Amino acid sequence: MLQQLHSNKRLQLLLGFLMGIFFGFFLQKGQVTRYDVLMGQLLLTDFTVVKVILTAILVGMLGIYPLKRRGVIKFHLKAGSIGSTGIGSLIFGVGFALLGYCPGTAVGAVGQGSLDALFGGIPGIIVGAGIYSVIYPTVRDKIQPLGDFGELTLPELFRVGEKKAVIAVAILILLVFAVLEIAGY
Amino acid sequence: MKRSNNNHRLLRAFFIATITLFSLILALPALALAQTDAAGADPAQLKASGGMIGFLTMKAWSPYAAGAGIGILSWFAFLLSDHPLGVSTAFAKTSGMLEKSLRGDQVLKRDYYQRFVPGIDWEWMLVAGLLCGAFLSAQLAHDFTLSFLPPLWTERFGAGIVWRWFLAFSGGILIGIGARWGNGCTSGHALSGTMQLAVSSWIAACGIFGAGIATALLLF
Repeated sequence: MLQQLHSNKRLQLLLGFLMGIFFGFFLQKGQVTRYDVLMGQLLLTDFTVVKVILTAILVGMLGIYPLKRRGVIKFHLKAGSIGSTGIGSLIFGVGFALLGYCPGTAVGAVGQGSLDALFGGIPGIIVGAGIYSVIYPTVRDKIQPLGDFGELTLPELFRVGEKKAVIAVAILILLVFAVLEIAGY
Repeated sequence: MKRSNNNHRLLRAFFIATITLFSLILALPALALAQTDAAGADPAQLKASGGMIGFLTMKAWSPYAAGAGIGILSWFAFLLSDHPLGVSTAFAKTSGMLEKSLRGDQVLKRDYYQRFVPGIDWEWMLVAGLLCGAFLSAQLAHDFTLSFLPPLWTERFGAGIVWRWFLAFSGGILIGIGARWGNGCTSGHALSGTMQLAVSSWIAACGIFGAGIATALLLF
């Protein structure tokens, strides 16, 4: 049943759109489409972003791990290396602080009327992606292979069972929440 | 046969869990509504709102409620679409489509566009929906306002629109390069990848926030 659903291309486009509506709605209600909230996080004065992301990770993980275990869903792990994930995320982070939105929240910001995202951020990201398509062969051959570790997961890395790893991450996230709330953020 | 029965039983449990969690999420903002206007919501509006509609017209939810919503949404993304939530590939495809319309099919010969063929796909529609969802949320809360300068920016750097545009645009370029270089952004890595406990995604999340915090502290 699910495989049939996955291969129905037109229905998938509709599902993508519907899920996007929920995604945008939650992001905007969580206030993480706001420059002030995102920059507040990077300036360590407002921890809304950390709370939203960690709750999403916690709730998401507690759903998808059991589903994968029973073979209902497949994971889509991203292979990584120091040369790709490490360097790419650092470039991204610098841009994140300059723009004050990330790609998803920039689109959400446009939805709430933020013109700096519409005229500055979105065209910038599109141009940046275009530049990357030009430099891609060099980056792929010369830089991305450095420190390759493939589709490694935390349970494999720490050589523990998936269940244990999920519980450990869940406890750590709850501890972060406890600290944030006690500290008054 | 046995496997599919198992799947059905699991699906049932899954949907029951979803409904329970959604009711919890509905309860959380109601609590927040009862005790605080810290998010800066107008007290009159708070008083007027109530029930399901009030929930949708609130200016802001507790970050925990919004995060839980996104978490549950990602279950459905895996289940119904076999796809994690992600955004930045859609930008690469948009870039390819735009450049193709300007410069013709030769653009598609690039290795990158052979691997990520420009076109409208699930993820592109997700981003289109994201735009509409954020608009809907802001509009329902009477919170949609056109503005070029965020308050925090004006407070720190004054009313320089050109300067803001320049930083936003150059930041966007770095994000576009960095997201594709690292194979994902805050959604694909820091949200969907981390919940699968992928090492690459936890590294990406650390890199994004590490470099972001360092740059922001230098800038402000």
